[in-house]
Amino acid sequence: MLERGEVANSWRTERWDSLRLLTPNWQSRLPGLRYEGPDPDGYMAVAEVTEFIERFATASRAPVRTGTNVTSVRHADDGYRVTTTRGELACRAVVIASGACNRPSVPHLSESVPAPVEQLTPFDYRDPGKLPDGGVLVVGASATGVQLAAEVQRSGRPVTLSVGEHVRLPRTYRGRDVLWWMDAAGVWDQRYDEVEDLTRARRLPSPQLVGTPERATLDLNALASMGVELVGRWSAVRDGQALFSGGLRNVFSLADLKMRRLLGTFDEWALTNGHDGEVGPAERLAPTRVPESARLQLDLRSGEIRSIVWATGFRPDYGWLDVPVLDAKGQLRHEGGAVDSPGLYALGLPVLRRRRSTFICGIEDDARAVIDHLARYLAGRG
Amino acid sequence: MTTVTNGVNVQALLDAREVLKGAPEAAQFTWRASAKWQSGVHSTIKVQSFFGLGEEQSHKQEWTFEADHPEVFAAEDDGITPIEYLLVGLASCLTGGIASVAENRGIQLRSVESTVEGGHDIRGILGADSDVRNGYNDIKVTFNIDADASREDIEALVAQSQKRSAVYDALTNPTNVTVEVA
Repeated sequence: MLERGEVANSWRTERWDSLRLLTPNWQSRLPGLRYEGPDPDGYMAVAEVTEFIERFATASRAPVRTGTNVTSVRHADDGYRVTTTRGELACRAVVIASGACNRPSVPHLSESVPAPVEQLTPFDYRDPGKLPDGGVLVVGASATGVQLAAEVQRSGRPVTLSVGEHVRLPRTYRGRDVLWWMDAAGVWDQRYDEVEDLTRARRLPSPQLVGTPERATLDLNALASMGVELVGRWSAVRDGQALFSGGLRNVFSLADLKMRRLLGTFDEWALTNGHDGEVGPAERLAPTRVPESARLQLDLRSGEIRSIVWATGFRPDYGWLDVPVLDAKGQLRHEGGAVDSPGLYALGLPVLRRRRSTFICGIEDDARAVIDHLARYLAGRG
Repeated sequence: MTTVTNGVNVQALLDAREVLKGAPEAAQFTWRASAKWQSGVHSTIKVQSFFGLGEEQSHKQEWTFEADHPEVFAAEDDGITPIEYLLVGLASCLTGGIASVAENRGIQLRSVESTVEGGHDIRGILGADSDVRNGYNDIKVTFNIDADASREDIEALVAQSQKRSAVYDALTNPTNVTVEVA
């Protein structure tokens, strides 16, 4: 096992201070290791996640070579040649477990933002106190965007949040964590080859959730109530003006409809499986409130916006992978983790084998299936 | 289950989607209209040819449109106003989208009617107030749909048709426009 830094490196170096897992503690389970603390319904902070992964590395006695950065993986006669900052390795098979979030994805229009406006990605951001005073434009309303918008707004910096398509979820539904429902009702068990539109499922932004002790919902209604100004998807910069889409109402409708459909499947599951009495009464969530008139443009030279936080997603970095297995969008071509090159495998990507693939509780089944395939591959080669 | 017949050849669209995934150059279309000034603010616009799938294409016939201003604008009213053509485009695009999505989702439509209203402060185009924009301030579309589906499913149809509408996108997002003298 090669690790460019220390065990849990990205948790140590690429996370903002207040971040907590979206999944409740009881869902943090790895083979032979589960959460045993006093707060199963709470959400781990970054330091706790780091410690949890460290504990697993020790307990599993995984042969981790830390401080070993992979700079190249290429075909060799009998498999793959792996070049690292600590020398070369010859391998018959390689498992890529470097994740889907190696680089913040920032749209090209960032290049047209006038210079005095400071620009940050979630990798640069640590806490709101380090942002310049004054207005902050947060771009993107997935988990990262809504979490940062909320804490920046609380710091006294007025936030404008640019909202495109997003996934709305309440933190709790009928008294249970919404991720309890995902788990119990079997949504997370849906396999990659059963998902109707796999490309879409793999590109789905993270849901508008935050892990807080209050188990508070952090949807757009909550943000608007805090004073965050909502604007449409950022589509262009023209003459120093940020231009936003006028389609805000429809992205709200799409998210509300999808959320209601999901909650409806939870209700149905509870009813047909005899859990209706164990959970709270059915809830009907209010639609996302459409602002009286959302601004369509914002002058980036006026001084109103002093900084921009790009919460526009992440992408994997395969710059070191010298095997032609990427599609036109830069994603690995793989079938349930078996990459399109014999002996090459992947783990820990969105909906790799199931909807739960990128959650801590999703790795065990995926790893067993992928390693099973890998073992058969090695055996087959004699 | 009875077969849904909204008259949209969804299979052809799905097939085209698969083919064009691997052939982005064939997906590049150019739509055209040619306009000729008549008199006053009246013009006649003709549409027939377009480019797509790598070659010149043509509608089965040439279509002609008249644009003018109404009598309250001291004009002859020989056609609808140009900004009304945007409403024509939006209504037809969303309606076609609803039929296509319904066909794909197995929803039989019985009737789809809509009214489109665009709020317009004409002080902008008259130059009476430089703070007023020339175009619409807001556009509202109201659909009345009779179909074999729940209200929620119908709302989802309407939402999806906006998500995949060319005209909705063209109206809600900025587009680079070049106007030059040949």
